Amino acid sequence: MKIVVPIKRVIDPYIKVRVKADHSGVETNNVKMTINPFCEIAVEEAVRLKEQGIADEIIVVSAGEKQCQEQLRTALALGADRAIHIDTHNNIEPLIVAKLLAAIVEQEKASLVITGKQSIDTDNNQVAQMLAALLDWPQATFASNISINQQQMEVVREVDGGLMTVTMTLPAVVSTDLRLNEPRFASLPNIMKAKRKSLDTITADSLGVEVTYSQTITEVTPPQARKSGVKVESVSELVDKLRNEAKVIV
Amino acid sequence: MKNLIIVEHDNHQLHADTLKVVSAATQTSQDNTLLVMGSQCDAVAQQASQIDGISQVICIDDPAFVHQFSESLAPTIANIAKEYQGVWCCSSSKGKDLAPRVAAKCGVGQISDIVQVIDENTFIRPVYAGNAFAKVTSHDDIRVVTVRASAFEVVECNNQVDIIHQQVTPHTHSVELISMDKTESARPELTAAEVVISGGRGVGSKENFALIEQLADKLGAAIGASRAAVDAGFVANDLQVGQTGKIVAPKLYIAVGISGAIQHLAGMKESKVIVAINKDPDSPIFEVADYGLVGDLFEILPQLIEQL
Repeated sequence: MKIVVPIKRVIDPYIKVRVKADHSGVETNNVKMTINPFCEIAVEEAVRLKEQGIADEIIVVSAGEKQCQEQLRTALALGADRAIHIDTHNNIEPLIVAKLLAAIVEQEKASLVITGKQSIDTDNNQVAQMLAALLDWPQATFASNISINQQQMEVVREVDGGLMTVTMTLPAVVSTDLRLNEPRFASLPNIMKAKRKSLDTITADSLGVEVTYSQTITEVTPPQARKSGVKVESVSELVDKLRNEAKVIV
Repeated sequence: MKNLIIVEHDNHQLHADTLKVVSAATQTSQDNTLLVMGSQCDAVAQQASQIDGISQVICIDDPAFVHQFSESLAPTIANIAKEYQGVWCCSSSKGKDLAPRVAAKCGVGQISDIVQVIDENTFIRPVYAGNAFAKVTSHDDIRVVTVRASAFEVVECNNQVDIIHQQVTPHTHSVELISMDKTESARPELTAAEVVISGGRGVGSKENFALIEQLADKLGAAIGASRAAVDAGFVANDLQVGQTGKIVAPKLYIAVGISGAIQHLAGMKESKVIVAINKDPDSPIFEVADYGLVGDLFEILPQLIEQL
């Protein structure tokens, strides 16, 4: 079985993002970039399925400018077999990403796609569901456990109010939640080995997908700062403030 | 503009967040249709028909829709959506699962998690976990939107509109439900509660969370937790407040033993009043707190429970 894992290059989640002064976006110059944490979990899950003998080959894919090859190399060092870089602008829209992935899935005859549930930059949470729609495959979003037996996949999903367990027949799309696994660190020998693994660069045209935009981001603003609060000295002062100043308790 | 609003429900009860989605949708149009899809969901359609600001309810009641899987709902919704310019869902786990699938079936983009409506094509939504806000304009013929419920007020229910029953041929798929493990609780739901008490790593253990529970009982509050407390196994993971968990905006948020990582702040900093109780005076949580109390939570909480 072949698994396709799409990954995205994003600003490191432990860095405080800064909105540009002209409100055209957030500052990405000289900012540390990394593989989206949810995508990293997706790569790890695919590698575990390969280690269990369920998957034969893991293909990682990223759409963006040349720099995203760094993140593809990272995924290869974590255990993916080969990588495809789709050379496009950064920040193409989720529907286009889904169309590009659908073309790759069909070309590769993959039977499972594991994606992160969302990227921590745009926070859209759309690609997995759109890809599943385009392929007319079932989707298991927000997965916290996956088990595969032949063509049958059982997934525990983190949903509002609890955990939902579903089964579905492969091929399917899974999106990872935070607790699916804890990704490993790439070892130095594996980082060296990853340099020799295949990384092909292709264009959107070659996949028969036209890159269009249906949304415009006209302004990006920082959140409103909360006015600074006060430190109270005692529980009775706190209760008094909550009751008589903020009026949030009776 | 004609809006189609997808009703969130469990076949018996309409979810209150739908009232907030209607509130957002009515800012763009007077022509709002509610869509109820489920099995034996007539009670939901009745409740839906009383919501202010809507002109009709479409109810599609079919055994195939009992679990409301997106694989079966999306093709039907996409088909109905051809007559509309807006499709609106809650930004709940159901809505997030469904809306992109509907959008892709319609061949349009989707706009996630809006917190403000500017006009019928333009919305404000958080990016980078609320560390920035993007103003997004859609050029699609159909705008498929998910709404962050905590950013909108509920609409009233003094209406009485017609319920139109429709039948469709449900799309088949291979998904089957094995089980639904609900977190049972007598407390209000985390994202809908007026008061939320959250505990962090500082609470120290699962047993110590009893103190948080006592305080929550006193205030009729929901219980939340930081990711550190969830990872340490103090509470179930669906109580996690933060970027990757639940986004809450209650009237009163009390953070106990929580340091205030960016991840956590993203989930609660829209709360109206924030109280922080922490022994480290330099914790970042105090930067967003309206009222901060530095000290040992095991001394402070019993006094607080006593005085409330």
